[in-house]
Amino acid sequence: MSGTDIGFWGVPLAMFAGAIRVSTPFLFVSLGECLTEKSGRINLGLEGTLVFGAMSGYAVSYLSGSPWLGVLAAGISGMFFGAVHGYICKLPKVNDIAIGIAMMLFGTGLAFFFGKPFIQPQAPHLPSINLGGWSDYPQIQSALEINPLFLVGAVLAVVMWWAFKNTRWGLIIRMTGDSAPAALAMGYSVDLVRFLATTVGGFFAGVGGAFLSLYYPGAWSEGLSSGQGLMAVALVIFSRWNPLLCFGAALLFGAAGAIGPALQSVGITQGYYFFNAAPYLLTLFIMIASVSPKRSLKGAPGELSITK
Amino acid sequence: MVDIAQQDAAPAISGGFAEALDRVRRSSEYVVIPLFALLVAGLLFSIFLLALGQSPGTFFALLWRGGFGTGFSWQNTLVRAAPLILTALCVAIPARLGLVIIGGEGALVLGGFAAAVASIPLVHAGAPSFVVLPVMCLSAIAVGGLWIGLVGVLRHYRGINETIASLLMSYIAIAIMNFFVEGALRDPANPNKPSTQAIGEANMIGDVPGLGVHWGLPVGIVVAILLWVLMNRTTFGFAARVTGGNVRAARAQGLPVGRLIVISCAIAGACAGLAGFFEVAAIQGKANASLAAGYGFTGILVAFLARQNPLAIVPVAIFLGGIAAAGGLIQRRMGMPDATVQVLQGLMFVVLLVSETLYGRLPIFRAKGDKR
Repeated sequence: MSGTDIGFWGVPLAMFAGAIRVSTPFLFVSLGECLTEKSGRINLGLEGTLVFGAMSGYAVSYLSGSPWLGVLAAGISGMFFGAVHGYICKLPKVNDIAIGIAMMLFGTGLAFFFGKPFIQPQAPHLPSINLGGWSDYPQIQSALEINPLFLVGAVLAVVMWWAFKNTRWGLIIRMTGDSAPAALAMGYSVDLVRFLATTVGGFFAGVGGAFLSLYYPGAWSEGLSSGQGLMAVALVIFSRWNPLLCFGAALLFGAAGAIGPALQSVGITQGYYFFNAAPYLLTLFIMIASVSPKRSLKGAPGELSITK
Repeated sequence: MVDIAQQDAAPAISGGFAEALDRVRRSSEYVVIPLFALLVAGLLFSIFLLALGQSPGTFFALLWRGGFGTGFSWQNTLVRAAPLILTALCVAIPARLGLVIIGGEGALVLGGFAAAVASIPLVHAGAPSFVVLPVMCLSAIAVGGLWIGLVGVLRHYRGINETIASLLMSYIAIAIMNFFVEGALRDPANPNKPSTQAIGEANMIGDVPGLGVHWGLPVGIVVAILLWVLMNRTTFGFAARVTGGNVRAARAQGLPVGRLIVISCAIAGACAGLAGFFEVAAIQGKANASLAAGYGFTGILVAFLARQNPLAIVPVAIFLGGIAAAGGLIQRRMGMPDATVQVLQGLMFVVLLVSETLYGRLPIFRAKGDKR
């Protein structure tokens, strides 16, 4: 034991490892939500998209034997949910927050319905890239086993941040989000831009779901996601609609989510349920600390119903 | 502006019976459109069933039998409707102020948990049930009210979106209950399922005589009627509705917007807490994970289907309680997963919200002379 036992250093290390492992679904969902919200619409249904993505990804991976096909299937199913949300929200008098809640319940219901036969079987997992070969400590080695989707998400965050600032499409999305009349005056269809942004946002959330079922925790079950999709919405507000900050916030949330299991790994089981609630508490406190009714939020899209 | 002028002018021209008939025709919009939405949802669900090779005829026949066909199924339906009425009120009251609160599940769980905890010392002291039950009930109402009231405080004084905050707090509520139920307050006599100590057979609430349903149902109906009176026939309700219509106008009138928001949220939470009390005192007999059975979430659908009207919530809750009650029968007879009911509910919810777009667009419901 003496060579590999690192005692309580295991806790921060496990939290670091957890931050990388647990953050990926947060990252994908928050990037998807960030894109949707930048165009001036909110999609609270991403929780349902995440769960359905997890189920469809797992099912396709199991049936086809290819986890990457599963990721693609999860993305496409997420895209479908995003498209439905995007289409419904453009109808007059329809409340996008209420539709989000309905899609959340519908998506989870559908996922549980079709997911029943896939609870038992073991689907092939996503491979991981081992960056920890230099270390003798197995804890460090396992902490640095990084999933390719995490890297994809990190690159995506940077690309989105750059694209919002520097590309024509980025400008169009930001303009529709800040002022629909301005976008109309420029001759762009506000409905179309928002529809596309919601659809692509749904794709990201679906991919995030596939990570849950195909890598960590790595199996499809009905309790797989508990509010991660919704926390991601709060996370976008916290990161002020900036994709780069979304990345940082996702890591923070991942670390918070890893406190419970990390303490358990060094033998502290007391208060396991309390630490499991840590991400929710963190979200709530971050929102309390970072939102104020006195001033409008910096970087908030002007058309967004949730900040009005 | 033109609309209002014409509607106001109408009674002066026509009188009596014809006018009443006309009013019924115009307000029937709020009944016909939701019913139409339910019909469409039923049709879409039939297509879903056909695509899976199942018979929609069998499904709806079983739905009827399991929910409303026999005396036993009516009992089952009404037992489920009781908490739904209260959790739907938890959504409907804040909705009048323009708040979308979806954390009723958390208030129900914490309310039930508080009731169970409050009973422990009293049961140990051997207090009679006419002492135990009111204390349980009051602690459930107080904790539920505080929980959602806090959402209102965060909303008004910190500007935090109440939808997200209430759902997050509902996860926190469930975690709080699990923390105590699996730890400090776990009943050692119950090794299989972590629970608090049972409140005891003597303290359980019985059934309404001759109905086979516990007292939560009549209490829920009375609360719904009281809250309808509060929201529609009092100055408080009027002020709340003004706030929901236009916050700036409410502020300009000097209405205490913050107080209205917090009180309405607290009333809402108290309703959900009361639902938790009845789940513990009439059904479970103790607090455990079974409290989080999804009544809070179905309650959201009930409230929207009832268009946030406390009186309409009662029949809608019975309707959805019936669908939930039929779930078991459908699962056994058709070999379908238990999530089937959830899919149907989700579909109904989505179609219902889409139907909102029809309001004011159908000519048959318009006032005479309104040529939009």
